[in-house]
Amino acid sequence: MSKSSSVSIGNQKTNLVPFSAWMVVFVLVPIALVVWFAFTGVDGFTFSNLKWIYVYKSTLWLSVKLAFIATVISLVLAYPIAYSMSRASEKVQRNATLFIMLPMWMNFLVRTYAWMTILEDTGLINSVLKAIFGADFQSLSLINNHGSVVLGMVYNYLPYMILPIYTALTKIDGSLLEAARDLGARGHQVLARVILPMSVPGIISGITMVFIPSISTFIISKILGGGKDYLVGDLIEDYFLGNSGVVNYNIGAALSLVIMILILIATFLMNHFDKDAKTNGGGVI
Amino acid sequence: MKTLLKIYNFLIVAFLYLPIFVILIFSFNSGTSRAKFEGFSLQWYQELFADELILRSLYYSVIIAVLSAVIATVIGTMAAVGINSLRGWKKSAFLSVNNIPVVNPEIVTAISMMILFVFVLSYFNGMEMGFGTLLIAHITFNIPYVVLSVLPKLRGMDQNIYHAALDLGCPPAKAFLKVVIPQIMPGIISGLIMAFTLSLDDFVISYFNSGASFQTLPITIYSMTKKPYSLKLNALSTLLFAVVLVLMLAVNIKKPKNKKAKS
Amino acid sequence: MKKNFYRIAISSLLVLLIVAGLTACGERGEQTEEKAKSEKVTLNVYNWGEYIDQSVLDDFEEETGIKVNYTTYASNEEMYSKIVSGAASYDVIIPSEYMISKMINEDLLAELDFSNIPNYSMIGDDYKRLDYDPEEKYSVPYTWGTVVIVYNTQYVDEEDVEDESVNLLWNEKFKGKILMFDNPRDAFALAHSKLGQSLNTLDRGQWDAAAEELMKQKKFVQAYVMDQVFDKMISEEAYIAPYYAGDALTMMDENENLAAYVPKEGANKFFDAMCVLKSSRHKKEAEQFINFMCDTEIAVRNAEEVCYAIPQIEAFKELDEETQEDTMIYPPDDVLSRCEVFIDLPQEVLEWQSELWIKLKTCY
Repeated sequence: MSKSSSVSIGNQKTNLVPFSAWMVVFVLVPIALVVWFAFTGVDGFTFSNLKWIYVYKSTLWLSVKLAFIATVISLVLAYPIAYSMSRASEKVQRNATLFIMLPMWMNFLVRTYAWMTILEDTGLINSVLKAIFGADFQSLSLINNHGSVVLGMVYNYLPYMILPIYTALTKIDGSLLEAARDLGARGHQVLARVILPMSVPGIISGITMVFIPSISTFIISKILGGGKDYLVGDLIEDYFLGNSGVVNYNIGAALSLVIMILILIATFLMNHFDKDAKTNGGGVI
Repeated sequence: MKTLLKIYNFLIVAFLYLPIFVILIFSFNSGTSRAKFEGFSLQWYQELFADELILRSLYYSVIIAVLSAVIATVIGTMAAVGINSLRGWKKSAFLSVNNIPVVNPEIVTAISMMILFVFVLSYFNGMEMGFGTLLIAHITFNIPYVVLSVLPKLRGMDQNIYHAALDLGCPPAKAFLKVVIPQIMPGIISGLIMAFTLSLDDFVISYFNSGASFQTLPITIYSMTKKPYSLKLNALSTLLFAVVLVLMLAVNIKKPKNKKAKS
Repeated sequence: MKKNFYRIAISSLLVLLIVAGLTACGERGEQTEEKAKSEKVTLNVYNWGEYIDQSVLDDFEEETGIKVNYTTYASNEEMYSKIVSGAASYDVIIPSEYMISKMINEDLLAELDFSNIPNYSMIGDDYKRLDYDPEEKYSVPYTWGTVVIVYNTQYVDEEDVEDESVNLLWNEKFKGKILMFDNPRDAFALAHSKLGQSLNTLDRGQWDAAAEELMKQKKFVQAYVMDQVFDKMISEEAYIAPYYAGDALTMMDENENLAAYVPKEGANKFFDAMCVLKSSRHKKEAEQFINFMCDTEIAVRNAEEVCYAIPQIEAFKELDEETQEDTMIYPPDDVLSRCEVFIDLPQEVLEWQSELWIKLKTCY
């Protein structure tokens, strides 16, 4: 045994063996297969699957757009509540965290279905409005459009935005804010110059945790979008499961590759941004 | 300003809970409609307990969640210990691989594994997707979360104690079990719980990697939503929600005492 | 480093072996077949959603001691891809006629041993040796029916429906209140009917024209749905929807404002029949199940539950008169003559259909 080489605990190499084997077989090999399928067709190696990226550019664009809107709305909605949570007493903080996580324990399909009951023309909101304004009230179209799909995304992923921001905000030392105030910074200046920059890591992980599931969803668009407009997730599902009558792993793999690369780029940019913010933050302190 | 913020917070919480209330109220609907409340009744709870399909898939879900969480916790904890001792590019390489299932969209993870399984299974005649594929898929997406929750604890650990144990003649394996494990236990437990939760709630990855004979609860719920919606699902969700609520409250009431003891 | 590589390679292999072991769990082929007989056999039955009286399954389990694992699908295509991808091994499936002929051509179905299905004699001769299974080797008809257009009389005026046309689905007046099939075959069939084309046309131009019609319709469609149509029509969230006759009757039972007609341009007439997959390891039990489903009493119970027309003659006689004379369930010959049965389309045409369907869903 290589006891002498171990710098700290146990036999490092042996500890990593099951993990390495597992990740190679079930993470790296599958991804290699996706790449392989993306570049092969009936006649072997080909770039022709990539043409579908162009064919479905408007689908890709719509997915990015809706996921982006959902992320921005989540961020705007989450920040104030995360902020007030971080400033509350310890007991309130604990209860609030619990309160925000709790809905996620209910099955997400059932929750999304409940939004149908709320948003439909004969649903809760329109019934209430009818009760107020009388039966002649022209019911609002709240469902089966892009807006309701975005709402579904925001609803399902909002807690993933609130919690990381809240965690980042709790790490800010209260005396720092006092110091800023003592040095003459106004309320909004403290917010813009101290609190916001210091919560950037939380914001970044929040953005990733909302954007990634939003861009690849295929269920929300089906349930709340009336199955009318495919997002890229629906396309991938369709090509792999053959809902429209033809199964084509190659096109599905090519589209999956595109999302993977999109997300890789996004993560890279964000980490870059994060580093900048960190150095800036350091400068402030 | 403060009251404004309070109202705002209330609205956000209301937004998060509105569907929950809808589900809860409609679970007591005496009618069959998901859209129109007709009166109070417990019929959906009765029907729920008579529905073998739902109960069986709940049971399968729990089995998969327990097994995958335990296996992932073992592999993940070992991996975290290993990764923690690495330095430089090796460490970042392992961490990057670990992050792939976390960062990758669920659907991509799901289809990539589906390709693998279809590929492998086509070489073995008469095999099908089911318990095995589902368990593997769940372990795969659970491992990274265990690693990520154990690593910080290792970093914050006092390694001198371990070395002291070795110096005192304790064999490495025993020292590991008796000294290291207790110190990183909170990380292991939270990793285990997270893995269990993720597995229990997973839909997308199971959807692409399960067969006919072995379906977890989310898959059954999905196949039921394609039929005329049954309020049994509301009854089921309400019950599960109540269980979690009680558990959480129990944990939460216990916690302050520990805190006090510490201080 | 090298040592490490070997370790990883060997453990990778081990992991693979475990996978193979796990996936093979419980399937050891012929050796266990003998054993299986003495133990409880589980039969995987794969059927459409809402297409059986559930209590029938309990009775079958009780009578035979065979356990039934009953799962459902929403479309023929969904069922087909599950089976072809090897995602699941089923024993009994109940596809529609065009899917049956496709599966016969692809050698996926087992030839039935009719000596195990004595009740087959009670199936009407009109339902035997049909185009999809000309030698009556692979399938036992379960139900049949036509596609109808359901509408809500409260919102849809008499004058809009008096011509009983498929055009109702394209009526701008009901924008946002029209539902449409969420599967390409049924949706395109309606567009073909509207254009007076054969539902089984092999002409690319006709498919493009049909896609054009669906594209036009998309603006008026509230949602593309399958079985969610029940909720939406019953709660009056939507006013007009095409669906299968039996299900339409179920909806009409729940909401008395609903009515339906077979479009004058013609519609799809379908047969759903029970088949056993070639890969089934319990063929005999599967045949036992099929026989049970053809039993007169059982067939009556199913027919009463699902409201579809049944091919079992003795059972038909047992139904109440009202049902027997219901022209929605058992349409008169002149209506039936307007209807067309799907055939298995060639792969090329299926690819057009898939391409055009995805185009419909990705045009915003």
